[in-house]
Parts: sequence; C-alpha cells; structure tokens
Amino acid sequence: MNRYPWWKYAIILVALLGGLLYTLPNFFGEAPAVQVSSAKATLKLDASLERRVSQILTDAGINPDFVQFEAGSVKARFADTDVQLKAKDALSRGLNPDPADPSYIVALNLLSRSPHWLTAIRALPMYLGLDLRGGVHFLMQVDMKSALTKRAEALTGDIRTLLRDKNLRHAGISRDGNNVEIRFRDRETLTAALNALTDQLPDLTWSEASAGSADLKLTGVLKPDVARRVQETAVKQNITTLHNRVNELGVSEPVIQQQGIDRVVVQLPGVQDTAKAKDIIGRTATLEVRMVDDSAEAVSAMTGSGPVPFGTERYLDRDGRPLIVKRQVVLTGDNLNDAQAGFDNQTHESTVNLTLDANGSRIFKDVTRENVGKRMAIILFEKGKGEVVTAPVIRSEIGGGRVQISGSMTSVEAADTALLLRAGSLAAPMEIIEERTIGPTLGAENIAKGFNSVLYGFAAIAVFMCIYYRLFGMFSTLALAFNLLLLVSVLSLMQATLSLPGMAAIALTLGMAIDANVLINERVREELRNGASGHAAIHAGYERAFATILDSNVTTLIAGVALLVFGSGPVKNFAVVHCIGILTSMFSAVLFSRALVNLWYGRKKKLKTVSVGQVWVPPSEAAPAAVPADETAKT
Amino acid sequence: MEFFRIHRDIPFMRHALVLNVISAVTFLAAVFFLVTRGLHLSIEFTGGTVIEVAYQQQADINKVRHSVEALGLGEVQVQNFGTTRDVLIRVPLREGVKQSELVSQVFGAVCKADGGTVGTRQEVSDKGEQISRPECRVGNAEPVSFKRSEFVGPQVGKELAEDGLKALLFVIIGIVVYLAIRFEWKFAVSAIIANLHDVVIILGFFAFFQWEFSLTVLTAVLAVLGYSVNESVVIFDRIREAFRKYRKLSTSQVIDHAITSTISRTIITHGCTQLMVVSMLLFGGATLHYFAVALTIGILFGIYSSVFVAAAMAMWLGVKREDLAKPATKDLDPDDPNAGAVV
Repeated sequence: MNRYPWWKYAIILVALLGGLLYTLPNFFGEAPAVQVSSAKATLKLDASLERRVSQILTDAGINPDFVQFEAGSVKARFADTDVQLKAKDALSRGLNPDPADPSYIVALNLLSRSPHWLTAIRALPMYLGLDLRGGVHFLMQVDMKSALTKRAEALTGDIRTLLRDKNLRHAGISRDGNNVEIRFRDRETLTAALNALTDQLPDLTWSEASAGSADLKLTGVLKPDVARRVQETAVKQNITTLHNRVNELGVSEPVIQQQGIDRVVVQLPGVQDTAKAKDIIGRTATLEVRMVDDSAEAVSAMTGSGPVPFGTERYLDRDGRPLIVKRQVVLTGDNLNDAQAGFDNQTHESTVNLTLDANGSRIFKDVTRENVGKRMAIILFEKGKGEVVTAPVIRSEIGGGRVQISGSMTSVEAADTALLLRAGSLAAPMEIIEERTIGPTLGAENIAKGFNSVLYGFAAIAVFMCIYYRLFGMFSTLALAFNLLLLVSVLSLMQATLSLPGMAAIALTLGMAIDANVLINERVREELRNGASGHAAIHAGYERAFATILDSNVTTLIAGVALLVFGSGPVKNFAVVHCIGILTSMFSAVLFSRALVNLWYGRKKKLKTVSVGQVWVPPSEAAPAAVPADETAKT
Repeated sequence: MEFFRIHRDIPFMRHALVLNVISAVTFLAAVFFLVTRGLHLSIEFTGGTVIEVAYQQQADINKVRHSVEALGLGEVQVQNFGTTRDVLIRVPLREGVKQSELVSQVFGAVCKADGGTVGTRQEVSDKGEQISRPECRVGNAEPVSFKRSEFVGPQVGKELAEDGLKALLFVIIGIVVYLAIRFEWKFAVSAIIANLHDVVIILGFFAFFQWEFSLTVLTAVLAVLGYSVNESVVIFDRIREAFRKYRKLSTSQVIDHAITSTISRTIITHGCTQLMVVSMLLFGGATLHYFAVALTIGILFGIYSSVFVAAAMAMWLGVKREDLAKPATKDLDPDDPNAGAVV
C-alpha cells in the first residue's frame, strides 16, 4: 500500500533535477567584467560593437571569457581584476579616440561566473535587491498636475490660433487650472466658436456659462480619457528620458520602472554616490520655446538699466548673457519629436534639426509667419531655473514641422544642443519622494546575516527533527532541504528580487513548512499508538494529515496574498518569497517525504517497526499485542 | 523520545473562564498602551530621513547628536544601532527643509565633528565592481563611514499605513470566509477573534516598550496572523473529528480531547518555527531584530490563544455536534442499509 506509481517518482525526479539545475548558478559567484554602453543618446549600440570589442581585446592581447551584446550594452567577462582593468583601459582607448568627448562609456562591472550553457537555458543567479548588493533607490513622483496644466496651456494656444483662423473675435482667453475660459461679446460668435471648437479640438468638452448670467463665456474642460492619456504619456516620456540620463552613469543593471499611475522607481546598483546620481536623474529639465522681446524696454532691461517689462522674464544664456523673453509659451518639449545635430550643405554650417509633432508644426508655422526677423528662445528649465539653450533668428515662415537651427556653432556645440533639447524633454517635473542608499559593505553584511539566519535555523530544526522523529525526522529534514532547493530555484527562474526581508521570508517559510511534516509524523505515531500496523499507520498518517496541511497552508497563503496585493517594496518581496515557499512546501512536505518513506518502507512486506521516534502508550490502555515496539527508541 | 505522555484528556476548558478573564485583561492593557503611548512608528510611516554611519571606534553618541542638532533640523534622534560603533540618526520631516540634500548635510556635519572633510571616492571592489561613494577623510584615516540612508516623503508614509490596514482587513475577511466555508461561522468568528487578540497584544508590546514599529514588523504581524490561524484550524479539525467519533462526550469534553490530542504537534511545530525565529534574532542583525521579536510574541500568544481563546470562544458561542456532524452524512448513501454503523 505504501508504493508510488513510477510516474510520481518521475515527477519528483524531474523537480529535483530542475531544482538543482536552476539553483546551480547561485553557487558560482560573480566575476569581474567590463561593460560598454552608449554615452550619447544619439548613439544606438548594435551587435557590431560586440565584434569591435572582441577585436580591440584581441589586439591588446587580452583573452576574455566571452563578449556578448545584451540589452543595449556589450559585456565582456574576465578571469581576474587585473585583466579587467587592463581591458578597461584598452577599450577606453580603442573606442573613445577623444577622451574629452567619449562616445562610449566603459565601466567596470560584475557578471555571474556561471558557465555559458547555464545562462543559455535561462538559469541565472537570483536577482539581489539593493539592500544586499548596495546601491541607490529612488521613488519619484511625476507632477501630473503640471503635466495637465501644460497641456491646457498648449491647448489655449491652439484655441487662439483656431479662432483667429476662423475670424471669430473673442473678448479674452484665459486658463484657470486645467480649464480654458473664452469670453465673447455676442452670442452669434459664441455659437460659431462653440461649433468650431467642438469640431477641431476633440480633447476638450465645452460648456456655456449658466443661462441666467449675462456672461458670454465658454469653459473647456479636458476630457477624462484625454487627461489619462496625457498622464500616461508623461510618465512614459519621463522614463525614456531617465533611461538616457542613467546611461551616463554606466550602471550595470539599472532598474527604471513605472510604479502605480504616477510614480517611477529608479534603482542603481553599485552606486553609492547619491549626490551625483541625484544630480543626473533629479535634473528636472523641461523645455519651452518662447519669443524674445526686442522692444526698447526689453533692450534696456537686458542691459540692466530698466525694469523687466510686464509679461516678460529675464533669462541667461549658456554664456551668461541676459535675454528678455515673453512669458507666453509657444511650444513645449512635448511638441518636440526629435532633435539631431546636422550639417547644411549650402552654407557649410553645423545645424540642429528639430522635428515637431503635427500640433507643434501648425503653431510653429503661424508663429514664424508673424515673427519673421525676430528671435525665438529655446529655454531649458532645470531645477526650476531656466537657461536659454539657443535663441535663433527666424528667417522665414517654417512649415512642415522640420526646423533647422544654424549659425555660428561648431559641430560639437550642435551635438550638445541637440542632446540637451532631446534629453531635456521631461514631460513633467518629478520629485523624489523616497530615497534609499545602501553602502557596499552593508550589502555584504546583510547577505551574511540572512544566510546565517537560514543556515542555523535550518540546522537547529534538522537536529531536533532527527533526534525526535528518528528516520521520519530525517525524511522530514530532507523534504525541508528539498523545499529550500525548489524555493531558490523558482526564485532564480522567475528572477524575482531577493532582499533581506525576502531572506527572512525564506527562513520563516521553512520554519512554518516543517509544520506539515510534524503533523504527518504525529499522526503516524498516533496511529501506531492506537495499534495500527506499520504500513497502515504510515498510510493513515499521510492521508489524515493532508486535509489539515491543506487548511493551514490556505490560511497562511491568504495572509501571503494580502501582503502581495497591498505591499510594496520590501513587503512585496517578503510576500513573493513567502507565497512561493508555501506552494513549494506543499509539494515537498507531502509528495517528496512520502516518496522517501515509500522508497524505504514500501518494499518491506511485513513492517515490524516504523522509526518515528518513541511511541509512548498510556499504560492503562496498552494492549501489549497491538503495540508496535520501536526498537531504536528503547536504546 | 516523546515529550508528551498524557494519560487522559487534560480538562483545558475547566480553566477557560479564568484564562479568558486573563486574556481580556491583557487585551485591554494592550489597547490601553496603544491608546496612551501609541506606536513608535518608523520613518517609513511618518516620513523623514534615517542615516546610518559606522565608526572605527566606539561612537560618541553625544558628539554626534550635538553636531547634527547644530544643523537646526528639528527633533533629531541619535542612537546606537546593533553595535556600539554603528549610529542611527533620525531626522523628522520638516517644512522648509529640503530633504534631498539632507543626507549629505548630516553626513558632512558628522564628519566635520571628527575633523574630516567629505569627498567622493572612486574605487574598485576586490570583486571588480566599480564603486563611487562619499567618504570622510582625516589625513589617511576614515574615522566614520557612511552605511546607508533612507528618505521617505510624507505622502508615501500615509499610503503605507493605509495599505497596511487594507492588508489586515483583507486577511481578516479572507480567513473568516475560508473558515466559514470550511467549518462553520462560529469557528470562523472565534478563530479570528482569537488571532486578532494576538495582533493587538503584539502591538501592545510594541507600544509599551516603544519598540520601533516598521514595515517589516507589520509584515511579521500579518504573516503570524495567517500562521496562528493554522493552529485554530488544526484544533477545530480535531473537534469536528471528535464530535463524529465520540457521540457520548459533551462539547467541553470533545474540545478537551481535541486539544489534548493536538498539543504535542502544537508545541513541536511552534517550537520548530521558533527555532528559526531565534536564529533570526541571533544572526539576523538589527534590521531583522524587531521582525523576529514580533514573530516570537506572535508565536507564543498564537499557541495560547488557539488553545484557550479560540476553542473557548467556540464553546461560548455554543458550538454543537449538529453544527459539524452534518458533513459526515454527505459521505454516506442514505439508502445504504449499513448507514448507521459508521463510528
């Protein structure tokens, strides 16, 4: 009766082998490596760089373990740190002819030492959280209100253009929060305008001022789905911009992810220098195009002899020269699709070529038509301070959305300007609402702490189980070890982040998982106490304990799922490990330990003794014939 | 080896009333301390900044406190963390203080108190990873080094507290529903009351001793809630079984029998889990300390409450044989002539 069909053993064997295979990469540790990534947003890396890196290394007489192109960067692994440093120097020299203006970032890094065939079957070491490897973590909140305000501001401009095109005279357009208000002098214009606006600007819903009031006013409100789209694109654009910026740091595995509706998580392993990291990612730059005020008052304000005229602001350009700029925003970074450095074949000048989106093109066409000969300023706002990137003169009406900025620029300046225009376009400012820095030594300490907790706790349980339940205790211990193996392999396979709370979850889950085996062992003892034969006791013990094990795991799982759903960061981490651990423990404690018992006892036809520790029987009820004596326990 | 040599059922329920009074008193005391003292919430919930630094020698807490207080950041807390060389500095949220520069400001002040200056150090770890970190230099020595920092904005803290409460609610509802389906509502209610009583007592301990209540402690509380419900489940399972098996026994005798026959398993299981938790207490360091403490209290009170509170509650709620014996008939064919013969 205590035999398993062959397929059950097969399942267990497969799980065991799979578990071993996917746990294996965790034992290899990490080897020094060099990572080459792009230093410029304009430069996209491809597989050809892999060959180039190999070539440079071979030329320098360096033999890497391997060179591979993966996820936008080329990584080469080396035997030791000496070779790694030499390789880094060789690559820096070979890839960046001009050290002052590097095209590539060559950074030292770590890669798993596990053999290539393991990596090929996606057997990777567990992904360690920042608290175990050191690094910085930022949680940033995207200022959605300002994204919406910006959109409303841009729409206000659109409305102005539209009404002018249709020759509808209004008595003033203003923005109130995210709403746009237009006043009219007569009802006919209002009706005509309403028709035109509903037709041409589907982003807004229009309502008239209450009928009773004498006001002739239209109020436009952003439609909810439009508002949502604005917010979504704002977060997406910010993430892209952050990616570009973080690349500057040459971090091995940066994490930049959206969290919730309006938040972005940035994790930079190996970086301890928060100040620099924050400098780079916290650079809350936004881009705006405005008109330069060339009036006499403005000129006098520029030289400092007069006050800044109403409706204008004073900004400095990159060389520190002041410029008076109108407050009204013509275009924002949102309207800018791309900015590239280029070259004009006719004038032989370096240029910056901008591509605007459809809306931007239309506005730009109107603005340039009316302002030929005047200057427009492109202002980059960083940390709340604006700086004029460039202020070109408009030479003619520009349609089609392709803008060329030229004039006294070197090619490097043009490239820089293009980079600033592109990378500077955060759709909405962000604020750091959570920040964590973990020193490199602390990470190693935390690993040791977590590992020791699991190790000694496991050892203590193993010793106790083996003494108290003898052979069954040994089976239970093996089942627990199998549970640990499965848990680690599943975590490695899923590439779930493991942090210190995660390690605590491993320890706790193991401590709880032994419950199933205790239940089984106690049941087996009880059956023996009641006079069941060896085989019957084992069978009944497993059968009866199962319902209880299921119950108790379900209740624990309910708590685990709650933590998974409502937790974030460390709590979520704990919950993931906890939940997986509960599931693997069901498999190991019931199926695996039973398999061991069946293998051991299943073949013996008449089972005289079952080594489950001493089975004590109350003397009054003891029926001598029915008591299976446990010989091992008597000694 | 057998720890539990029990001759006959222990009359647990005879003492139920006394113990329940004790429970009620403990519970009220916990509530009292929660109300009067409140929880010492970590910055994860309140918002603020924490900076951990490590000294080469034993740290002079007062010196650190003075140097940080001089920055005028409000009520700064300075204390040892784990060892005497590690120091934890807590800075509360304050209007008008820019949090983003606070960490470098504080570290600068701490460093200056030792006569050093903060610089950035680029180095390659012995494993071959590039590291750049802030460093406090005095000549060639590094008297104090930066270990970690954490800043939590006010909006995050509020959300975490809300999410924690939601999670607690989810667990309670989930467990009640599951137990109500699996057993009966009387059991569900008594199990959840027993285990909430544990939760409140854990919180009471944290309030009384003013231990820091962090996100990890909250995690421990919720995990232990799910865990000790097990205990009640195991006992209820036995109660159901005993109701079906021993028709002559009274309700309290059935409960006594169920508890007695599971007490061995209860103690051993919790003992094993506690072994793991003790290991965490000993080796897990300061970060896991209160996590392990919360688990310890939870496990100990979990045993107590499952035995004396949950079972007794079920008894007070008037659980009857008829409530539970029903499922047994499902297994039987009503037309079976031997139907009554099942024991």
